[in-house]
Amino acid sequence: MDFKRITLLCGHYGSGKTNVAVNIAFNLKKQYNNVCIADLDIVNPYFRAKDSLDDFKSAGIRLICSEYANSNVDIPALPQDIYTITADKQMHCVLDIGGDDRGALALGRIRDEILSENNYEMLMVINCYRPLTPDAASTLEVMREIETAAKIKFTGLVNNSNLGELTTKEDVLASISYANEVAKAADIPVVMTTVSEKLFNQFDGEVEDLFPLTLQSKLI
Amino acid sequence: MSDKVLMKGNEAIAEAAIIAGCRHYFGYPITPQTEIAAYMAKKMPKIGGTFLQAESEIAAINMVYGVSSTGKRVMTSSSSPGIALKSEGLSYLAGADLPALVVNVQRGGPGLGGIQPSQSDYFQATKAGGHGDFRMIVLAPASVQEMAELTIKGFELADTYRMTSMILADGTMGQMMEPVALDLEVKPAPEKPWATTGTKCSRPHNIVNSLFLAPEELEKFNFERFERYKYIEEHETMYEEYMMEDAEICIAAFGIAARVSKNAVNEARKQGIKVGMIRPITLWPFPTAPFAKAAEQVKQIITVELSMGQMIDDVRLATGCKVPVTLCNRVGGMIPSPEQVLEAIIEANKNGGAK
Repeated sequence: MDFKRITLLCGHYGSGKTNVAVNIAFNLKKQYNNVCIADLDIVNPYFRAKDSLDDFKSAGIRLICSEYANSNVDIPALPQDIYTITADKQMHCVLDIGGDDRGALALGRIRDEILSENNYEMLMVINCYRPLTPDAASTLEVMREIETAAKIKFTGLVNNSNLGELTTKEDVLASISYANEVAKAADIPVVMTTVSEKLFNQFDGEVEDLFPLTLQSKLI
Repeated sequence: MSDKVLMKGNEAIAEAAIIAGCRHYFGYPITPQTEIAAYMAKKMPKIGGTFLQAESEIAAINMVYGVSSTGKRVMTSSSSPGIALKSEGLSYLAGADLPALVVNVQRGGPGLGGIQPSQSDYFQATKAGGHGDFRMIVLAPASVQEMAELTIKGFELADTYRMTSMILADGTMGQMMEPVALDLEVKPAPEKPWATTGTKCSRPHNIVNSLFLAPEELEKFNFERFERYKYIEEHETMYEEYMMEDAEICIAAFGIAARVSKNAVNEARKQGIKVGMIRPITLWPFPTAPFAKAAEQVKQIITVELSMGQMIDDVRLATGCKVPVTLCNRVGGMIPSPEQVLEAIIEANKNGGAK
């Protein structure tokens, strides 16, 4: 699939942003030489893109993240090389933004440059099996909160609806109408529906833009 | 669609509390339990409940005292250093015989320590929640589903015995995501004739207090309270036994350590080693009976803990030191690996109980 120079991933906490971001980064690397993943998560210090650091290194993907990620320094710190994202126009970037509206505040520092360059996708990662976003109305509420904080409008949805290891093909199929409903209400497209690699082969064209995911912890 | 939802352990606690009828939450944010507060902040206003971010942990626990006095189900949550701050309030709750649910999603210590998982508040939870003679019911979940189920159980036990139930989890249990079924059964709360609900000029005043002017009276209350504790020890102990039927080595572990250990037990069984596990679900009351029984059967007990060895004391007391009890641990936010536990099992199997 085609990616803009900058792919921003936002969403409700626990929606799977980091895992989707990591997978998109590896996908980008197949198409482009100069690829970076930026961890701008100032909310959750527990699960970070940095967990896959060794894989990024061997794949030649640059990781921009706070030097305090994965340490006990529990402060909302942004990486000092955050400006590379907007300065290096030859680089394809995927940005992992922290959960909810509080996480989206981190975008403030580079928002103006992103908007003026205008070569980005702002994607909302959604999962209807998460307790606070079970339907279109509640998901839209979180979307609006994030947009207000980020001051960037969403341009697409990533349907990452899953139940962890228990996810079945039926669960994924059942989430399609939810994703479409959110898309319709927000007037933006569903750019991809994700499934674990394990389930990917069970599909035969029933779902458009199906994107296989490797679980981050298992990449290591 | 599936009847399950994908939840963090912290969210499962919050949702289960709401299912249990809790409409009052007071807390103060601290990693790694902040999602409990975040979830309550989103949900409580929508269902007519109260979410209040207090000015401190001490304020929060005293708000719990106030709401509990009126007979309502109420909770607070924190992580290790925050629980230490609440200890005065925990003692006051005990002194006033008030039910409450308190959640500790433990992190590494002592001091400010770190934000990664730990089980080093076992002593604090089971022996020394605050000053004075008192106990708390301490529940140790080992899955996100259990985080939900034991939260409901915690409220029920707290109301039944008029005391604090504590959920003793850790950073991993709080942060990990698993599918959860939320069709949970809740028993109706018992009558609370002691609650300060207004006399309506039709009954004597109810007084909720932990101050006693006469020492004889205070002694009487302490004796009565410990009669209650004895009853709880006899009736409310919970544990899981895993492959203990023919076990020659016994693992003792709770929470995240039990999950790691189960993998090690399975691997050791593949290698032909007869090993089983006892997983305490209530840490107080501690399941002494299965360990006393195991001491007649196994050659060694290994406690697997994310601490410098705290539960190990209770295991030794339960077994009357009949068999060697050794420790396999990681601390400071580190988690033992299944391989580390497996090595300890292989070592115990080789050396046949010699210490």
